[in-house]
Amino acid sequence: MLHLSPQEITAIGLSLKVACVATLASLPLAVFVAYALARWRFPGHGALNAAVHLPLVAPPVVTGFALLLLFGRHGPIGAFLAENLGLVFAFRWTGAALAAAIMSFPLMIRPIRLSFESVDPRLALAARSLGANPLWTFVLVTLPLSAQGLIVGTILGFAKALGEFGATITFVSNIPGETQTVPSAIYSLIQTPDGDAAALRLTLIAAVIAVAALAVSEVLQRRALNGGASG
Amino acid sequence: MIAVDLRHERGEFRLTAAFASKARILALHGPSGAGKSTLAHLIAGLLKPTQGRIAAGGATLADTSCGLFMPPEKRRIGLVFQDALLFPHLSVRKNLAFGRFFTPSSERRVPFEAVVETLGIGHLLDRRPATLSGGEKQRAGLARALLCSPRLLVMDEPMAALDFARRQEIMGLIERLRDEFAIPILVVSHSADEIMRLADEVIVLDRGRVLAQGLPAETLAIAGRSMEGGRFSIVSAITARGAFDARYGVTKLAHPAGEIVIAAKIGAGDQQVRVLVKATDIALAKTRPTDTSVRTILAATIAALDLDAGPLAFVTLELLGGERIMSAVTRLAIDELGLAVGSPVFALVKSVALDERGM
Repeated sequence: MLHLSPQEITAIGLSLKVACVATLASLPLAVFVAYALARWRFPGHGALNAAVHLPLVAPPVVTGFALLLLFGRHGPIGAFLAENLGLVFAFRWTGAALAAAIMSFPLMIRPIRLSFESVDPRLALAARSLGANPLWTFVLVTLPLSAQGLIVGTILGFAKALGEFGATITFVSNIPGETQTVPSAIYSLIQTPDGDAAALRLTLIAAVIAVAALAVSEVLQRRALNGGASG
Repeated sequence: MIAVDLRHERGEFRLTAAFASKARILALHGPSGAGKSTLAHLIAGLLKPTQGRIAAGGATLADTSCGLFMPPEKRRIGLVFQDALLFPHLSVRKNLAFGRFFTPSSERRVPFEAVVETLGIGHLLDRRPATLSGGEKQRAGLARALLCSPRLLVMDEPMAALDFARRQEIMGLIERLRDEFAIPILVVSHSADEIMRLADEVIVLDRGRVLAQGLPAETLAIAGRSMEGGRFSIVSAITARGAFDARYGVTKLAHPAGEIVIAAKIGAGDQQVRVLVKATDIALAKTRPTDTSVRTILAATIAALDLDAGPLAFVTLELLGGERIMSAVTRLAIDELGLAVGSPVFALVKSVALDERGM
């Protein structure tokens, strides 16, 4: 049963690479935006909140099309980045990672923001009065007390990035070895005569990876909780 | 040690305060919503004054006239909160080390061991805050604030969440901190007996302004007359020597004005003790009553009468022997008994109303 073709192995490897890069690259920004939304009141607070959640409510194909317009070879941002940094998104695996990051961003933000909001803001004031500047206060008090939300947000984001299909295929198409992730590969196999068995194999593998990610998050959360009770 | 002259506005609330004090323990008193905590937070730098100047421990912390606002982490004001606010993810030891870590080594004047010893928290160091009792948390909170070698300790209702016994314990510790570490203390309190016991000086706030400043007994008495419900915070102190009567379990203090009976054992042997009595716990009689359960009957003359068109009369009594105490009665009673300044009276205090701790 688990006799994978080279194309399938490539798709799995690519999916993992895309999901890891998307999650790790967007995590710092997600922490910053979640903190800003949780703790700061500023003009444009509502607009930022809406913008972050847009990919969650808009059809994925719309997000993919928007990415294509903005980050495509001739798009304003895409052309600028290609010219100045040599960073090309269109029809590359980096584009798949970008699409995955944007689609998973709202799912990452939510638990992180909630856990920031659940930390008593007076603890931060106590830290300030003890001599910690705002950055130290964040690193030593607010962030560790939000560990649970960070773990949940990261795993949710990773799982979403792994499964992203609509925006990815719209933005970077379905090129084997470059942008064909597991969902795209499954889609291609379903379109092929006699591809059902292979599609089922990949589906099972995708399910196994998702369950493994969930298990890792459980372990990490438990560790964070235990850390909070003894050490 | 502390000088404040500021105005702070936030929404509807407006606080104006100007005072200076050299007291070792200065108390901020007043009803809820008077601005006590706001003022404490302004001093700690957690709030920015709209206008004005704050100085403490020889340093100017904020001065809007020259755009100076020292952030809280630079002020070295040790803050103690009502609920201690220990960091829940750190052990007690790491909580204590937190402020110390950020204090430059040249400024570290308070030794770790001495603080742990004085506050009796050595056995708690490896515990998590969640496993501590209220009193233990507050002792750890005091230690944490103290270990950043602050120029001023600011305590915001440090005992409000504690029961009677724990409050006695924490008050004793605050007195020891004052004596052993020579750090001035500002304590926010709505409790008249805490202030009477601890403070050298008190500032009374009411609806965002300073109502009175001075020695605790006098100031609380002045403020008590003009503040709604303030009569309950008028407390007087009487000093006397006493002996324990084991048969009834009471302490009998000999005072020139009469015997004072306290429903507990206080003091050791023939030690001089201070007893606190609330103005609302003193009744007046023109003749010495003989058929009453009240055991403490003190001979006095009326030294001053303070009354207006309101229902209350505040009576300053001069006890035989010279000590003065305050009583709050109704204006009706004064008129019907025909009392005036100079009238001899007897002050009746229920024994069980007297606070049993030796001061």
